[in-house]
Amino acid sequence: MPTDTLTQPPTAVAPTTQGLHERALRNLGRTGRWRPAEFVFWALAAATFFFLPDQHLLLGEIAILGLFALSLDLILGYAGIVSLGHGVFFGVGAYVAGLISIHMTGEPITGLLLGGVAAAILGLATAPLLLLRASDLTRLMVTLGIAMLFYEAANKAAWLTGGADGLQGIWIDPIFGRFDFDLMGTTSYAYALVVTFLLFLVARRIVTSPFGLSLAAIRDNPMRANTIGIPVGKRLVAIYTISALYAGIAGALLAQTTMFVSLDVLAFHRSADVLLVLVLGGVGYLYGGLIGAIVFKLLQDTLSTLTPQYWMFWLGLILVVIVLIGRERITGAPATLWNRVRGMGK
Amino acid sequence: MNRRNLLCGAALAVSVVMSGWPALAAEPLKVGLILPMTGPFASTGRQIEAAAKLYIAEHGSEVAGREIELIVKDDAGVADATKRLAQELIVKEKVEAIAGFGLTPLALAAAPLATRAKVPEIVMAAATSSITEQSPYVVRTSYTTPQVTSKIAEWAAKEGIKSVVTVVSDYGPGIDAETTFAKTFGATGGQVVESLRVPLANPDFSPFLQKVADAKPDAIFVFVPSGVGAPFMKQYVERGLDTTGVQLLADGGITDDDILNSMGDPALAAITGFHYSAAHDSPENKAFVEAFKAANDGMRPNFMAVGGYDGMHLLYAALEKTGGKSDGESLIEAMKGLAWESPRGPMQIDPETRDIVQNVYMRKVERGADGELWNVEIETFPAVKDPVKAGL
Repeated sequence: MPTDTLTQPPTAVAPTTQGLHERALRNLGRTGRWRPAEFVFWALAAATFFFLPDQHLLLGEIAILGLFALSLDLILGYAGIVSLGHGVFFGVGAYVAGLISIHMTGEPITGLLLGGVAAAILGLATAPLLLLRASDLTRLMVTLGIAMLFYEAANKAAWLTGGADGLQGIWIDPIFGRFDFDLMGTTSYAYALVVTFLLFLVARRIVTSPFGLSLAAIRDNPMRANTIGIPVGKRLVAIYTISALYAGIAGALLAQTTMFVSLDVLAFHRSADVLLVLVLGGVGYLYGGLIGAIVFKLLQDTLSTLTPQYWMFWLGLILVVIVLIGRERITGAPATLWNRVRGMGK
Repeated sequence: MNRRNLLCGAALAVSVVMSGWPALAAEPLKVGLILPMTGPFASTGRQIEAAAKLYIAEHGSEVAGREIELIVKDDAGVADATKRLAQELIVKEKVEAIAGFGLTPLALAAAPLATRAKVPEIVMAAATSSITEQSPYVVRTSYTTPQVTSKIAEWAAKEGIKSVVTVVSDYGPGIDAETTFAKTFGATGGQVVESLRVPLANPDFSPFLQKVADAKPDAIFVFVPSGVGAPFMKQYVERGLDTTGVQLLADGGITDDDILNSMGDPALAAITGFHYSAAHDSPENKAFVEAFKAANDGMRPNFMAVGGYDGMHLLYAALEKTGGKSDGESLIEAMKGLAWESPRGPMQIDPETRDIVQNVYMRKVERGADGELWNVEIETFPAVKDPVKAGL
């Protein structure tokens, strides 16, 4: 990984500060440059919109899950914060977006932003809890605990959330007053895809910035990062808040495109699924969440159509196999395979 | 390829197309059956799917010249999945009715779609009263919680029970049951001494049962999701509450026919009110239970199965009435007011509310001659409407 050079001891770097500076800039430029595969990825995503009109509903769900997984990648892949309760931000975003459409305005962009902001505030408020004892195990427990608290709170606050029956009466106005949310899911998919793409661009900018590199330094060795002057605590709180914002927006997207919110958005399986999706796609390169979401949802959809009763068994089996034989990233599989084939030829 | 071969091929192709015509003339009618087939509510899905398939096997897949094609989808009990699947079925598969819906939020999530696409939504399981009010296209063949609970309260008052402690799971349907019971029982002059709510996620009842023991009421009324019934009954008997003269009253979900046998003797303590018992004494039910067991490895049908069975009957009967016409308006109009003899007893779709009107039975658990446990009906409240919508 190119970012490693920054955390290497200074002996490996040119002696003058001038050289160091230039080298850092060059490094930044290199990690920030768009690779051809990335263009292909997004071109294909855009193509699905035009060529797969039948699948818009499923594709919309994939985009939302992808964005949600991307938000987890920001903290897990880039800052090394493990979480079993990321669903809480997703759920809060969904509920806030739903409530805004009922009590304030059906205008989608407002609801989307406020849903994200609400989740970000929660992220900001709970991030310090993760810093108190910075071991993975405590973080897992704390995030899980917070998620359970919110689930139960939403169940109890039936006057606000509708409790177990779900939030009734959400209606979302057409986007920009023009694009109505249709039954085919076309508007929903376009909406979800555009939002996901824009947020991806921002995330990409963030992780290739000096801020993002400092996060990588913290992830690799918090103690050393601290000694070279990176404000570890502040950086972690910042990325955690940004990640919560992303998850909240993903939740708001779900609420708006399905026009329904139930307690389920806060359920534990959301947090578990998103972790699975991310690990499946690979952590730490932003596309992992998106690719994981595509693979996961397509598998789920195909298998559950083939065998509505036993699809979970097959899905589980396939996931275990993928994780066992795969490398860190699902995209690395062809390369690994290629290397092996070449190795055999020699 | 020479010309003769080509001609032969063309003739063959034409004949294939021609022979395909009669099948096309009777355009198939697709029904989307959306159920929780996996996850904690998988048993609901299993029962309903089995019952719907049994109905089709018994009555043939053709009705009023239309071939019925069932498309089963698994939503795992997750509301947004239900919504997407319903939407996909309507848009892509062009289904003309959606059915199933294992839980209240799942039925509610699909209701706006039913309205928008003008597609009938047949609710076969969910039991919250308000569901049928969410769309003019919703009909129900399961039951409503207040329908059953209000009759349990009436029965309790009639049996001379004066004080009751209610114990419900802390979620929508549980709270519905609690309020209905308190209202009906209060109206008869009885007194609800204490209302206890047990967390849904933590089925340890001992502290709550201790409170019941301290309060010494004549009876307790319990509403818990059907899977939680077994541990509750066990703890109830372990604490000896059944011998201290506290009568256990419950919604029939607690002695669900699907799991009743595995609950063993503790189940004998319960008196429950419900709309269906596999032990219901009628030729229709005997035939249903037998056929269901035969087709499903001896699995006993429960109230979910009968909801699925009657849901299919409702669709068949409505299609017969419309002569195969299957637009949403005609189907819903045809469904209103339909009445028939179901395995559960006589039932009707209320023409005003599209909700179910049916008998509510008081039952007690007994060991039958076959050594199995059964819910034996001891009293019948005929033709009960949903009290919430009837304005009672």
